[in-house]
Order: sequence, then C-alpha cells, then structure tokens
Amino acid sequence: MSGPIKPVNQKAWWLVLPVILCVAFSAIIPLMTVVNYSVQDIISPERRVFVGVEWFMEVLRDEDLHEALFRQIQYSLSVLLIEVPLGIALALCMPAHGWKSSAVLVVVALSLLIPWNVVGTIWQIFGRADIGLLGYTLERMGVEYSYTGNATHAWITVLVMDVWHWTPLVALLAFAGLRSIPDAYYQAAQIDGASRIAVFRYIQLPKLRGVLVIAVLLRFMDSFMIYTEPFVLTGGGPGNATTFLSQYLTQKAVGQFDLGPAAAFSLIYFLIILLFSFVLYNWMQSVGTADAQEKSHG
Amino acid sequence: MALIELDLAHAYGANPQKDEDYALLPMQLRFEDGGAYALLGPSGCGKSTMLNIISGLLAPSHGTVRFDGIDVSAQSPQQRNIAQVFQFPVIYDTMTVEQNLAFPLKNRGLSPERIRQRVGEVAEMLEISHELNRRAAGLSADQKQIISLGRGLVRPDVSAVLFDEPLTVIDPHLKWKLRRKLKQIHHELRLTLIYVTHDQIEALTFADEVVVMSRGRAVQVGRPEDLFERPAHTFVGHFIGSPGMNFLPAAVDGASLKVLDVVLTHDRDLPQGDLTLGIRPEYLEIVSPQTPESVAFEVERIQDIGTYFLVACRRGDVTVKVRMGPEKSIPTAGQTVGLRLMSDRTCFYRNEELVV
Repeated sequence: MSGPIKPVNQKAWWLVLPVILCVAFSAIIPLMTVVNYSVQDIISPERRVFVGVEWFMEVLRDEDLHEALFRQIQYSLSVLLIEVPLGIALALCMPAHGWKSSAVLVVVALSLLIPWNVVGTIWQIFGRADIGLLGYTLERMGVEYSYTGNATHAWITVLVMDVWHWTPLVALLAFAGLRSIPDAYYQAAQIDGASRIAVFRYIQLPKLRGVLVIAVLLRFMDSFMIYTEPFVLTGGGPGNATTFLSQYLTQKAVGQFDLGPAAAFSLIYFLIILLFSFVLYNWMQSVGTADAQEKSHG
Repeated sequence: MALIELDLAHAYGANPQKDEDYALLPMQLRFEDGGAYALLGPSGCGKSTMLNIISGLLAPSHGTVRFDGIDVSAQSPQQRNIAQVFQFPVIYDTMTVEQNLAFPLKNRGLSPERIRQRVGEVAEMLEISHELNRRAAGLSADQKQIISLGRGLVRPDVSAVLFDEPLTVIDPHLKWKLRRKLKQIHHELRLTLIYVTHDQIEALTFADEVVVMSRGRAVQVGRPEDLFERPAHTFVGHFIGSPGMNFLPAAVDGASLKVLDVVLTHDRDLPQGDLTLGIRPEYLEIVSPQTPESVAFEVERIQDIGTYFLVACRRGDVTVKVRMGPEKSIPTAGQTVGLRLMSDRTCFYRNEELVV
C-alpha cells in the first residue's frame, strides 16, 4: 500500500545524527562537565556538595581576577590596534604580481609557521642582555631593558612578540582581499579624480570589510586566550605583570586544584569571548552601511 | 568638450613585427566635438583597447592622441578630463546615491551649491531623484549601473564620455529604455559620447556615426545607413544585418559578368577580373526561374522569424539567404526559383574591400 508522498520526511533527521554526536562529544559534553563542576564543591571523588552560584560569586569578587581581566582587555585591544592597521599597511605595500609577489608572500608567512612556545623561546633569548641581539643592542645603546625585572618591559615584550608573530596573518588576509578588487574600481576612481587616500577610504577599506572581520575576530579570540608566550618568557611575571586570563585559570585549576572556582571562571571567560566577538562582529558588519535616511532618523 | 584625433597603433608586447602582434593596427580616426559615436566589433577586435587609449588608462605604444589639436598621449584620464562608464557597475559602497554622483565633482573642488544643483539635474534625467538618499550598496545591478552612468554624465565640462559596453548587465526591456535615455541626454547636453559595444542594434540606434572594428582595424567609419547600404568591407557586410550580407564569387570579362556559372549583363562600371558580389538578404528578389537576368536556385528551407520569412536558396555549394515580408508569396522547399542578383544595391568587393 502506497500513500501520497509526505512533504516532510522526518527520517532525514537520522542523517544529522553523526554530526550531533560529534558536536556532543567534542563540545557539548565537555562544556556541561564544566558547568557541573562550577556548581559543586568536590571534596573527594565520593563526596560532593551542591553550592549553587557560590563559586561564581567568589570568582567575580576575586581582585586578582579583576586585574588579570583588565590586563587581558588592555593587551587584546593593543594587539588589535597595532596588528590590524599594520597588517593593512603591509598588504598595501606588498607587490601584486610576478615573482616578487610570491617571494614576499613566503617571507611574510614565515613567522606563522613557528609554534607558540618556540616564539616565546626565540624572544626570550633575543631579549637577553648577555647573549640576545636585541637585549645586548639595547643595553649598549644605554637602555636598561629587562623583561624579567621590569613589568612594563615584560608586557611590551609579550606584545611585540605577538605583533611579530601574527601581523602577517592580518597582512595575508588583507592582501587576498585587495587582490579581489576588480581593476575597474581603480580605473573608475582615477577617472573620478579620487586621491590616493580617497581610493583607500572609499574603495579598498569597504572592500576589505569581509576579510577584516575575520582578521579582527581571529586576532581578538587568539590574543584573549594567550598562554604560551608569556609562560615561556617569564611565567607570568615579573609579579603578575604578564599573567593573563588563561594563565590565571591554569594556576587555579592545575596549580591549586580549585576545580569549582576554575570551572565557574572558565564559563565566565567563555561568555566574555562570546560577547566581545558578537559585539565586534555586529559592529564591523554595520559600520558605514546604514542608509542616509535611517541615519537622520536616529 | 573636444575634438579627438587618433593617429596611432598599439601592441601589448614589445617589438611588434606581424599584424597579429598588434592589438590596434596603425589607424587614423577623428571624433567630432559633440558627436555620438559607437565602436562596434566582435570580442577581441580591439575596441576596448581603443577606448582605454582615448581615456588615458592605456598609453598607445605608437603614435599620438590629440584633443583639440593638443597631444595628450602622455596625460592621465584626469588631465584629459574624460569620464568613463565600465561594463560592470562601479559604485562606492559606503556612499549614498547622492554622494556617489557628487564624488567626481567633489574631487574637483566644485562648490557645494553647484554640486547639489548638478547632481539634481543628472538624477532628474536618469529618473533616480527619489533614490538619492539611499545607500548605493543596497541597490540592484541595474540601478547600480544607472548610477555609474550618472557619475559619467555628472561633470558638465568633460572632453568626452566613454562607455565600455555599459548595458551588458541590464535587463533587455530596461536596456531599450536606457539607450533612448542616453540618446536624449546626448541631444540635451551635446557631450561627445563614445560607446563601445558588440551589439549592432545598440550601436546603430545610439550612434550618429559607427566605427566598425575587426582584428585591430577600423574597417569602416560611417552613418548606420552607410554601413547597411554600402559596407566598405566584406566584414562589415557580414557583421551588420541579421542575417548578414550574401557573398557570391563573380568575374568580369569584357562587358559580361559571370556570377557562379551564369553570365549576366550589367551596366555598372566594374573592373576586369575576379570579384565578390555582395547583396543583402533584404534586397534579393525572388522571381520565376525563366525570368531573364535571373539565376536559378533551389529553395532549401524556409524559416518563419515572426515578422518575416527567411528563405535559404542553394545553387551548387553556394547558399544565399533571402528575407521576405509575409505579404509576398512564399515558395516551398525543393522548388526552383530565380533570384535577381543585380540591382542598384548590389556591391562588389575585391580583396574584401568595396570596389563599386
């Protein structure tokens, strides 16, 4: 017996099952485990007490965490403010065609191939006053540079390290974006008498919006989770100068084995990144795209 | 506005030797001040190269471009004061329609009142006044191209406005409307307009004078009627018209003219030797095969094109096409008919060039 074909076939849901399973095991279940820890005090594997939002309250009142968060936001904003304009500037300077273009691409991409802890080690040695080229040169120039002794120096070193490591990513993305602009736009601008700045402002920058959204989000998320470089360089010091959020979290979870507060903090950390990314994404999607009428209406 | 004179050749590679090395073969052309011109030809014939040389986006490898007698070969499009509209819409995404139209004027430092007035006029002409405050990025491809056209027309003092197949992305019904609009704008503003296209209808309806190009050469420059009635080159006869001109081998020996294998009499001043006879499908007349001075053909097939019939006739391995109005009596396939090949409108070619 064959009835009419149903317009909705519920059996298709079975085809989605593998994806649901994958996502469940890779993301949802681990996340729920963290949620589970964050609301319990685990005294021993057999004894656990439900504590509600107590860990969250404790974490939110933690002065050290406030400092780490503030340091983290300062750091991520500095990374974005330096790497994005610098990356765009680099991309604009890169040759567009021929063997020079290929050669420059390879050279620019080199730093991206280096693992995080190696970057940390490179700069740790590079900055040493006795054997490091940078440290030695600065000392000979009369600058008292010491990333182990001076908090500002350590902070700047971690920042410069990141700029050195990751600006090429922004540059490559911007370069790809620039290459996708048809020649007719440049020709039209030339005929319309646009200045070099106007070409950048009205053609290149708007056309780069898509890749810049990706670049900003990637650099934001990555820098907000920075761990290895400061850990290798000074272990978060001197003092707490380069202790960023993920290192603080590790100290709590692994060092002191405070699983409850660490879990609560992980969730807050996760939500902060989600919130920032959401705000950044929406802001970048909408900036400069409103109709004049809508603008005048508020 | 300016009188534009070209005396140049262009090759993309260095040291051109053969004709094939040239994108544009040596040529001289003159575009009168205030005229509407079309550059017509198939893809790859060099028409866009020529346009870019006129605008200054490309410097000719040989020769000069003159505006009002002054050599501008080395000048940029800005210095030449050229406006150009491209095949695909180019708009500034972050600007409104009004800002887009004002951009070329603003860059030239016109006063805000003058800019507003001029943008208003152009928007009125193109019927986009109600869109002025919209952001350009949100518009359809049609509308974007209209804005590109507007940016081309907005400067009142341009030497010439160049169009590079500007209606490619436009819907057919709008195409027709815009073409008429451009024609009207030309009458109102008296700008020198040069329009590149591969569409003969576009060229013939838009331009006062059409430059037909083929393989880097301007094979004929003339009014649309001339291109149709007296194609100067077999390429023009073939390219213009739908279908193109019929060509038949012919030979003159003394006073007699031999077409295919039939000897006809003629009263034209024809040179001796081998020629090519060309006649438009519109001007071929079907008569009975017994008619004197006609050539017998067999009707191969008949196509109904709606407003007319297209009759393909064959003699030996030569096929000619005849265009017949529906009021005529249409022959049937397989029938033998006579075709009158000689008339005032028959053209003769030697080495592809028009002789008489």
